[in-house]
Formats: sequence, C-alpha cells, structure tokens
Amino acid sequence: MSGLELRNICKNFGSTNVIRNLSLDVVPGEFLTLLGPSGCGKSTLLRIIAGLELQDEGSVAIGGRAVDGLRPKRRDVAMVFQSYALYPHMSVARNLAIPLLMRRLNTLQRLPVFSAFVPGTAAKKAEIASEVARIAKSIGIDHLLDRKPSQLSGGQRQRVAVGRAMVRQPAVFLMDEPLSNLDAKLRVQMRAEIKELHQRLGVTFIYVTHDQVEAMTLSDRVAVMLDGELLQVAPPQEIYTNPHDRRVAEFVGSPKINMIDVKVREGGLAKIGGQVLPLEFDAKQDTLTIGIRPEAFRLTDSRDPNSLSSIVRLIEHMGSDLFVHVDLSGVPDPVIARLPAWSSHIAPGSSLHLRITTEQVLLFSKDGKRLKPQASVTPLRGLVR
Amino acid sequence: MKPFTISLRSLGRHSFLAITTTFVLVPFIWMISLSLKPPGESFNGSFSLLPQTWHAAQNYTRAMTASPLPRFMFNGFFVCGVILTLQLLVCTPIAYALAKLKFPGRNVLFALVLIGLLVPGQVLALPLFILAHQLNLLNTYAALVFPFIVSPFGIFLFRQFFNTIPDDIVHAARLDGMSEFAIVWRIMLPMAVPALIAFSIFSVVGHWNDLFWPLIAVRSQELMPPPLGLMAFKNEDTGIDYGPLMAASTIVVAPLVIVFLVAQSWFIRGLTAGGVK
Repeated sequence: MSGLELRNICKNFGSTNVIRNLSLDVVPGEFLTLLGPSGCGKSTLLRIIAGLELQDEGSVAIGGRAVDGLRPKRRDVAMVFQSYALYPHMSVARNLAIPLLMRRLNTLQRLPVFSAFVPGTAAKKAEIASEVARIAKSIGIDHLLDRKPSQLSGGQRQRVAVGRAMVRQPAVFLMDEPLSNLDAKLRVQMRAEIKELHQRLGVTFIYVTHDQVEAMTLSDRVAVMLDGELLQVAPPQEIYTNPHDRRVAEFVGSPKINMIDVKVREGGLAKIGGQVLPLEFDAKQDTLTIGIRPEAFRLTDSRDPNSLSSIVRLIEHMGSDLFVHVDLSGVPDPVIARLPAWSSHIAPGSSLHLRITTEQVLLFSKDGKRLKPQASVTPLRGLVR
Repeated sequence: MKPFTISLRSLGRHSFLAITTTFVLVPFIWMISLSLKPPGESFNGSFSLLPQTWHAAQNYTRAMTASPLPRFMFNGFFVCGVILTLQLLVCTPIAYALAKLKFPGRNVLFALVLIGLLVPGQVLALPLFILAHQLNLLNTYAALVFPFIVSPFGIFLFRQFFNTIPDDIVHAARLDGMSEFAIVWRIMLPMAVPALIAFSIFSVVGHWNDLFWPLIAVRSQELMPPPLGLMAFKNEDTGIDYGPLMAASTIVVAPLVIVFLVAQSWFIRGLTAGGVK
C-alpha cells in the first residue's frame, strides 16, 4: 500500500498556467477525489501522477519514492480512462492480459509465432490466463472474455477497463471520470461497485470527477480544485458544512448555496429582509457575503419576530423535498429554499414566512475567504485499515 | 407526377453510371475476347465478342511459353511484396511519430512529407538512376525496390488515420508497459486495418503496373516485372501476335482483380469491426 506526495507541481500549456504550485499528500489506502469543473486542471494532474504528462516544476513521489524520471510503466500506477481506452481489436481476455504479458514476458517470448519455441513461455502464459480468469470472475465479466469491446455495453466496457487496471495489482489506482459515459442508473450502480472495490483492495485511489455526488459518496477526502489550485482538501461532510472559500461553497451543494451581500452594522449585526442575524467574526468588515444553504431555511409564520417575508416565484417538486425560489425583500437575486414536501399550501405568487437557522450560515469576506475557518487542509483522521 | 420524375431521375443516374462503367470495362472485355480468338478473326469486319473458332488454348499456351511469363509474374509478386513490406515497416513508425508524439520540428517534418507527395516520380528518375548506378544496384531486384521504400503517401495516409485514434489508447498502452514500437505494431497498425488495406491496394497496383522505373532500372529478362515482360513479348521478331499478347495481358491483370476482390471484402469487415465507444 502506497501513499502519494505532490510537491509544488506547476504545469503550463504555452502561456496558460494549468496547475499552479500544487502540493498534496495522499494517505496510503485513501480514496481521494479531485473535484472541479471541466478545465480546472484535475485531469492534467492525474496525467502528471501517471507520468503521461511531465510537470514543469515540482515533484511526485509514490510510496515514498520519487518517480519524476520514471516512465509510466515503471510508476506502479494503473489508470481507468473516461473513454475506457480498451484495445478494440483484441478480445476482452487479451485486453485484460496485456499488462501482464508486457511485464512478465521478455521480448522473445512476446514474438507472435517464434515465442512457442522459447522455454517457459507456455507456463507463464497459462499463469497469466488463470489470473485473468480470476480477476474477470471477481468483477463479473468471466462470461465475456471471448468478446470484442465493440460487442459490450457501456457498463461492461467500464468493468473491463477496471479489470485491466486491477490485474497487475498497482500501488495506486487513477480514475479519470470513469462513470461519465454511463447512463444515470448504471452510474449509481457502478459507483457502489467502485466503492466496494476500494474497500476490498485497500489500495490508494485517486478519482477525478466534476460530479459532486460522486465525490461526496465515494471519497475519504475531497480535494476541490479550481483554476489549477487546490482550494480545500477535507472529508466530504466538512467540504459541505465547513467550506474555506466562497468558490468551494458555491461548487458543492445542489441546489447551489444562496449568497447574499450585506452591510455590517454596529455590534456585528446584519439585516436580511426583516431578520437581524447575530454574526460572529473577528475581522473588521464593512460588507460581507452571507452563504445560506437552501436547507437552512425553515418555514414559520408571521407571528415569529425573526421571520422573513418573501414572495414565491417558482416551485420545483423533488418528491422528498420542494425547492422553492423566493424573492426576499432587500435581496436582488431570488433565493432557493429547500422545504419539506408536505408544505403543500405554497403556491407561486403567495407570500411565505421563512426563518434562517443562524448556526448553519456561512460568512465570507469580500475576497471570497471564509471568516473564521479552520485549517485549510484537513488531515485525514480515523482512517484505519 | 411525382413518382414519374423520381424514376426519370434515377433512370438518368443509372444510365450515366452504366455508360461510364462501359467505357471503363470495354477495353478489358475486348482484351479477353481477343485472347480467345484465332489471328484471322481479330481483324475481320464482323463484330462479335465470342470467337467463331475457339483459339483460347493455343493463345494461352503460347502466352505462357513464348516468353518467360511465369518468371515475370514471380518478379511482380516478389518486388511488390518486398516494396509493401518495407513501406509498412518504414511508414507506420514515422506516421505514429508525426501523429502522436510531441517533438520540436514535427510540423516542419510533416510539411516536408506533404511536399514529397507533390513531387512526381518521373522528376526523380534521373537522380535515382545515377544513385543506383553509383551504389552498383542497377539491374538487380534492389534497384526495383529502393526508390519506393519511403512512401510520402503512406506516411500521410497512416498519419491521418492515427490522428483519429484517441490519445487515451496510447496512454493506456504506455501504462500497460508497451514501448513506443510495441504501440505501433500491437495497437496502431491493427486498429488502422482500413488504412492498411487501402494503402496496400494503392501500393501493389501501382508497382505491379509500373513500367517506367523498371524500364530504367533493369535490363535482364530474369528481373523484369510483368508490364516490362509484356513489352518484351510484343517486340519479338514474329511481329505483333494479338491473340497471345491479349492472353498474356489477361494473365497479368488477373491477380490484381482477384486481390482487389478479396481485399474489398476485408476492407468492409475492417470498417465494421473496431469502434472505441
């Protein structure tokens, strides 16, 4: 089991800085997700770890060993690609066997016809075939071994791609948006399978995605990446409840967090609509941004002194919840509140009394930094394997 | 009214195709017809495709025996085979480098390949002849082969095809432990079967039918490829004997037709198998 250390990685494509001075430690056996919008440099970072791209500055170490000068095949990593990247002209069995064939057989033993005369080839090939069969069985594709990739469904191809990464028992698994080509239902199923695979193998996984649900459900820690920088590295729950940067708060959470700019009054008080919020922060700020998650709103009535009166614009029924878009007085943009589904008396155009749970409110300064955050990289606690 | 116009249009389309096909096919049909006829019938006034008296056996026997036609055919197979093999060995790694590797000067090199495409072979005949003379290659098989080993067309065709293969497959192969050459032979070339077939057809047809360069490069009858052999056949003292000449031509063309028909079914198979996603 190996961890991974990235130190001051920089990467430029021409004049654009794709990755800026990025450092990250991954604990052995951890499932770490790189989460960010497309174009944030997360796939490039994964390719740098794999050795498929070379960083301009900085160093990569896998299992305590610097791998900067090593070719991809010497780094003991395996990668699952978004497009699966299976070899279309080879059967599934051959696709799975290739990593082992290329590693365990010497040049003579790999020659097409001649290899039959090289001693030891048959035994090694038999050994590889039995390993391939075992892996195929463990991920439920043993009945597909004779097929070509073009004869498989999306989910089956995905499994083959995972199997090909598994056969050679790498120290680190790299996954580049492996689920994004699957339909929604299959994605949920494969997500669970990947999680299970990680628990079974206990190997370090680095998983790149732009899908926050995948990041939240799979990870031990989530590394939120934007414009080539790591904004925060923390367990999923903490990323959600304790974001250190306005951009993290806005990227994680669906529907999106409501951001409201307010003026600070004397004594650390701010007013939204009719409600005065007692805010606690150290720095002297004139204005700041209040982030309110949709579920931080509660339904109340006009007798509540702290209620905000609002006008309903739009209602989205989600089954378990309602997403209610409302106009708050004194707030320019509409605000989304997540209310229980039984709040059925709500209708567009009607007025609604809401109350903000102040403990759940997040405060950000003008430059986007969270006020009163804790350490910006949370070390992983309690990962026992 | 509408169905009529459609059928009229398709009628026009089909008759156009039929007429152009006829233009292409008539010389071949006429060649086969003449190869079946006795000498007297070739030039008599009445037109018929089938001979009045069958002379096929005599014509084909004379075609095979009057000149060393089997030897010419062997030379053709051998030279075309060697040229194609060497072309593939040279062109695919170059095309792979131009398509998938990043190195300074790549675009300049590719531009040079494109310029190479524009230069007609005849322009280079004289320098190549002098080169062959100085290397002492004239009148050998090597003289027939060496000008064609590096094919700009082959490099261009494979480079374009390799460009369409996703980078992820190359990356996966590198992670799986393949060297760059292993990627070329084990991944890129097998995935490029349609391009391989197309290029093989161009190469084999071109060099099988080539008269110009063999005429310059070899003088010994032992080394002559089929078209040059046909010339030798025609220039014999007996004068032009059309029946056997046409029989010999038919024999020379036959392998190409057969190879093309076989390759065509392969070509279609190559297109339907594969597919990444």
